[in-house]
Amino acid sequence: MPRSARSATLRDAVGLGVAVGLYGVAFGAAAVGAGLDAWQALAMSLLMFTGASQFALVGVLGAGGGALAAIGSALLLGTRNTVYGVRLAPMLAPRGRLRRAGAAHWVIDETTAMAVAAPDRELGRLAFWVTGATIYLGWNVTTLVGALGAGALGETAQAALDSVVPAAFLALLWPRLRRGAPEAGVQRRVALGGAVVALALTPFVPAGVQVVLAVVAVALAGRPRTRAVTR
Amino acid sequence: MSTGTLWTVVLVGAAGCYLLKYAGLSVPAAWVQHPAVVRVVDFVPAALLAALVAVQAATSEGALVADGRLVGLAVAALALALRAPFIVVVLLAGGAGALVHLLTG
Repeated sequence: MPRSARSATLRDAVGLGVAVGLYGVAFGAAAVGAGLDAWQALAMSLLMFTGASQFALVGVLGAGGGALAAIGSALLLGTRNTVYGVRLAPMLAPRGRLRRAGAAHWVIDETTAMAVAAPDRELGRLAFWVTGATIYLGWNVTTLVGALGAGALGETAQAALDSVVPAAFLALLWPRLRRGAPEAGVQRRVALGGAVVALALTPFVPAGVQVVLAVVAVALAGRPRTRAVTR
Repeated sequence: MSTGTLWTVVLVGAAGCYLLKYAGLSVPAAWVQHPAVVRVVDFVPAALLAALVAVQAATSEGALVADGRLVGLAVAALALALRAPFIVVVLLAGGAGALVHLLTG
């Protein structure tokens, strides 16, 4: 393996890991804003370790949602990692139950993107493990920083935090809607549909439930089109 | 929500998300690669994230509300359109929300 390709992969993996790790501050602060304590925020980053699901869970709790709606929205976003795992399984080929259990914990957006983008299988595995390790470390440290920092906030800072959470969701959503993204037009219609259904249901259902129902409604509405496309 | 309930939500959610990851590395590929499944999984994030954006920015305790969060969201959208990095986007949104609070609160 050429040494330059190896060091380029390492550099990219560490760079991405550090950048993503910084988001943990926003998550830690959002979790405390939603009523979790710093240990619960840290436990989520250590054990759940999939950013969008973590934001969804605290987002629903922050909106006054119930336990089932909070868990449900985290799981809905977590299904994506199942698909990533299927994609990564032949590359990682983890030998033994323990290796597979360890690898599974780090199957997320960023590690998958880095592993799949690597020029060959060997570098893909390297990218997966290095990106995973860097993000895991950074994400957990910064979660704790954000959670402890948010506890010391006044009313104005709380207002700032309230604005941070929807902005963070928008930032996660944005790359899917951007011109040039795969099927950006359909993604935009889906996003608009999800937002409209959620807002329309808000006065009538318990907090958080409207989010899950919006996803179900959009998935059902998409079914006929799905068949048309796959045929 | 009590501390015990919150811990249950955190731990059950974490266990569920882990099992979803583990399943991907373990199940036969054919199960998950059904076109309809792939199709739905492709679009769930957009619907869910958009629903969360809307609910987080424009509702409070079961009612539609317009406050500093919408201003923060507009600033965030502008920053994203200008390709600002994530951390800049959330800082600008937070700053806008704080400013509206100071001006109106």
